[in-house]
Amino acid sequence: MQLTTLTIREAHELLTTKKISSVELTQAMLQRIREIDPKIKSYVTVSEELALEQARKADERIAKGENVTPLTGIPFSMKDCISTRGVRTTCSSKILENYVPQYNATVTNKLAEAGAVLLGKTNMDEFGMGSSCENSAFFNTHNPWDLDRVPGGSSGGSAAAMSAGLATFTIGEDTGGSVRMPAGFCNVTGIKPTYGRVSRYGLIALVSSFDSIGPMSRDAYDCATVLEHIAGHDPHDSTTYNSPVPNYTKHINKPVQGMKLGIPKEYFVAGMEAGVESALQEAIRQFEKLGMEIHEVSLPHTKYGLPVYYLLLFAEASANLARMDGTRFGLSVSENAKDVIDIYLKTRHEGFGDEVKRRIMLGAYALSAGYYDAYYLKAQKVRTLLRRDFESAFSKVDLLLAPTCPTTAFKLGEKTSDPLEMYLSDIYVVATNPAGVPALALPAGFSNNMPVGMQLIGKHLDEQTLFQVAHAYQQVTDWHKQFPNI
Amino acid sequence: MKPTYEPVIGLEIHAELITNSKMFCGCSADYASAPEPNTNICPVCTGLPGAMPVANKKAIELAALVGLALNCSVNKHNTFARKNYYYPDLPKGYQISQYELPICEKGWLDIDSGSSSGAASATYRDPSRVRIRRVHIEEDTAKLFHEKNYALVDFNRAGVPLLEIVSEPDMRSVEAALDYATKVRAILRYLGVNSGNMEKGVLRFEANISVRPFGSDEFRTRTEIKNLNSFRALTRASAYEIERQIKIYESGGTVVQETLGWDDVRGVTTSQRSKEEAHDYRYFPEPDLPPLQLSDSWIAEIKSRLPELPEAKTKRFVEQYELKPQDARLLTSEKALADYFESVVSKSKSSPKTVHSWIAGEFMRYLNDSGKDVDDVTLSPESFAKLIDMVTDKTVSGNNAKVVLAELIESGGDPQEIVKEKGLAQVSDESFIQEVVTKILNDNPAEVEKYLAGKETLLQWFVGQVARATKGKADPNVTKELALKALAERKK
Repeated sequence: MQLTTLTIREAHELLTTKKISSVELTQAMLQRIREIDPKIKSYVTVSEELALEQARKADERIAKGENVTPLTGIPFSMKDCISTRGVRTTCSSKILENYVPQYNATVTNKLAEAGAVLLGKTNMDEFGMGSSCENSAFFNTHNPWDLDRVPGGSSGGSAAAMSAGLATFTIGEDTGGSVRMPAGFCNVTGIKPTYGRVSRYGLIALVSSFDSIGPMSRDAYDCATVLEHIAGHDPHDSTTYNSPVPNYTKHINKPVQGMKLGIPKEYFVAGMEAGVESALQEAIRQFEKLGMEIHEVSLPHTKYGLPVYYLLLFAEASANLARMDGTRFGLSVSENAKDVIDIYLKTRHEGFGDEVKRRIMLGAYALSAGYYDAYYLKAQKVRTLLRRDFESAFSKVDLLLAPTCPTTAFKLGEKTSDPLEMYLSDIYVVATNPAGVPALALPAGFSNNMPVGMQLIGKHLDEQTLFQVAHAYQQVTDWHKQFPNI
Repeated sequence: MKPTYEPVIGLEIHAELITNSKMFCGCSADYASAPEPNTNICPVCTGLPGAMPVANKKAIELAALVGLALNCSVNKHNTFARKNYYYPDLPKGYQISQYELPICEKGWLDIDSGSSSGAASATYRDPSRVRIRRVHIEEDTAKLFHEKNYALVDFNRAGVPLLEIVSEPDMRSVEAALDYATKVRAILRYLGVNSGNMEKGVLRFEANISVRPFGSDEFRTRTEIKNLNSFRALTRASAYEIERQIKIYESGGTVVQETLGWDDVRGVTTSQRSKEEAHDYRYFPEPDLPPLQLSDSWIAEIKSRLPELPEAKTKRFVEQYELKPQDARLLTSEKALADYFESVVSKSKSSPKTVHSWIAGEFMRYLNDSGKDVDDVTLSPESFAKLIDMVTDKTVSGNNAKVVLAELIESGGDPQEIVKEKGLAQVSDESFIQEVVTKILNDNPAEVEKYLAGKETLLQWFVGQVARATKGKADPNVTKELALKALAERKK
């Protein structure tokens, strides 16, 4: 039995019927990480001791039959921007290379309470700034489908770990496609929930008004299972919704016949890789076969999605990263410093990578006196238009279908010399974040032997529909069951 | 002829709010009682990565209460903003404040320095109404302790709720500014939102100052004096800055827009930052906190909590107790004092005026001398009322009552018993007093001679001698009558 490619519910079944123990499952994962991860390099930190301790506790819980959840004893990994008490949390940045949080993120606590087993922390673009994981200050992560290619970003480590069988599920974070784009590149299912559905407390912020923590897993059902456990109101995060979390898995089998699926015409234009386009067309036919109505819709402000997204990102990130100043935690470079300003400068000069510095400078510029109205304020106004685009589309259809990226995974180094080219790879995934709507990415086939991803975009707080439709699709397709040969 | 100048002053008042917890986390806001530095801290107020703010409901209520007391309108939709700058006392690299939409705006406060202060020179024009531009909520910074080659940071104060009350540049004299600041402080204390204890730094001022030729309505270049931590510093720094700017204009120079510090030892303002060096705070809406949405009913509920404020109380005291306005104003300067006065009045048979003179006189002197607050005084209004009534009843003389009052304040007890114990009861018995008067006149023939020769002011001296001989027990009115009679007899 291959333990490392089990779904959550397969593993749960084996655990609760005592066919395997959580310690066995966890050890199998740790063993595979030792064997495979030197090639993939998806983990920044493997928390082996903690994992085995949590696995033992999970086994006790299962043995006593007390408080057993679908996640009890299930090994997972987490993007390295989510705080874990006692386990270093680096954001793949030199400035936080040795930062060990004193507290847990709400999501970390919720997963610990559910009995899940933390295997370690996964690589990412530094502070989430990137689309290929190549902006990690530590090392590149390789796409398990082709080691010469990127896993996507910024949750590239999470997607690669999932795809290579180095975790049963993983927690990613999506600021502008950071869950969906790498999910597409690595043949993984992942969801960016509605903004405010999952607490951000303890998530090291990139863009406070976009950041959404979301699970990545083997299929939509598993995603639904994890989201049920991590979503909900948090008194520590004032931007979380108060509304109760639905029991997504309970209703996941509801029929999708008659549902209206919108195809935004602005997303299907020239520039898309032929194999991606044909995979998407095939998927549309599949949804039709499932009895869904297909409608063309328009999101007229789509072309402004990328500039709005990046401008607001630069602005908020410039403030969010200000606390990395070398005075209380993380890297502190004070040798030969003249004064405290000098410590700030030296620390940030050494601690931040080029892309981070570029974005901080752009953000500070966009917010500065005399430019605020032209940049930040203007972007906020266009953000409203983007939101209205979605509202207007959702008055006609129940959900939307779009690719996650115009291409499949590109080669390592292919786009690193041109930041703008790199930004363009996010073109299909960024608009959802300024709008705050949920979007689920799932495998849609292959193009030149590399995975093609697609995403279902839903109404605010309507993750349920996304799970239902994705689940229905995955009942009749087996793209998501394909594993790379490593 | 030399032009005369008029100062234009605006004040920013920073007031910490008295709440249990900090503005954006659950840590205790009582940093003054913290046993050690960095004990009232958590991931939020030390700005650890990933920590998020949650707004303190109580602080929002208090901010609205202050705004309403200052006749502001409350913005039903108001927002927090990030004010970005780097300093080690600011853990996040930005301060959460309010910028475009503060909680309260467009208020006013009437001052009376124009009429009540004789100090204002004739060239100064004092408007009686100071408009208040805005009242907004922000968080206090950490405290820095500068050592020789390093500095230490104590985050116990970081994140304590702070209110910023910004006036329009409506004050035209130092006296007006002082009066406004004093009145704002009194209101904050009335509302119980701030102790007003300037030594502890819970209230700080910043003054914006420019001067212009009298009669002009232009606004000239202003300077901003930061961190004025006492009324004395506010007064001295403003006066100094006004004179400095006048001298610049008189010598044909121009005032430079800059931020100034106040050097209390040397008594001068010093340049801190020029306009070119001024911070660009890069304000933008705080994405971690949704806008505050306040309903009409919420605002009405807060408004219903407003106590009677100093102005209204003064008016009522004048009408109800027939006090002179300046006497009423003194009593209402502190809510505790006004309450104490009313409590004594309600327990006393004597007139409110009599009670006022005891409170404004002996009682206030005691407070001033001992540096205590009304709240520190354990003397019950009942005992105080009893003592005042004993004076009214002539059971004890005014002078002896002062002795009894001191005893009551220091050690407590019952006024009647203290009078009995110390033998201080007033004697009106004429035969007893007559005897003493005769003795005093006999013992002082030279003074009697002078009196009879026409120096009638000596009468009071004889009365005083009798009081001394009887240890204050002799009723001074009876003494006076008998002494007059006895002296008249000797004239014959």
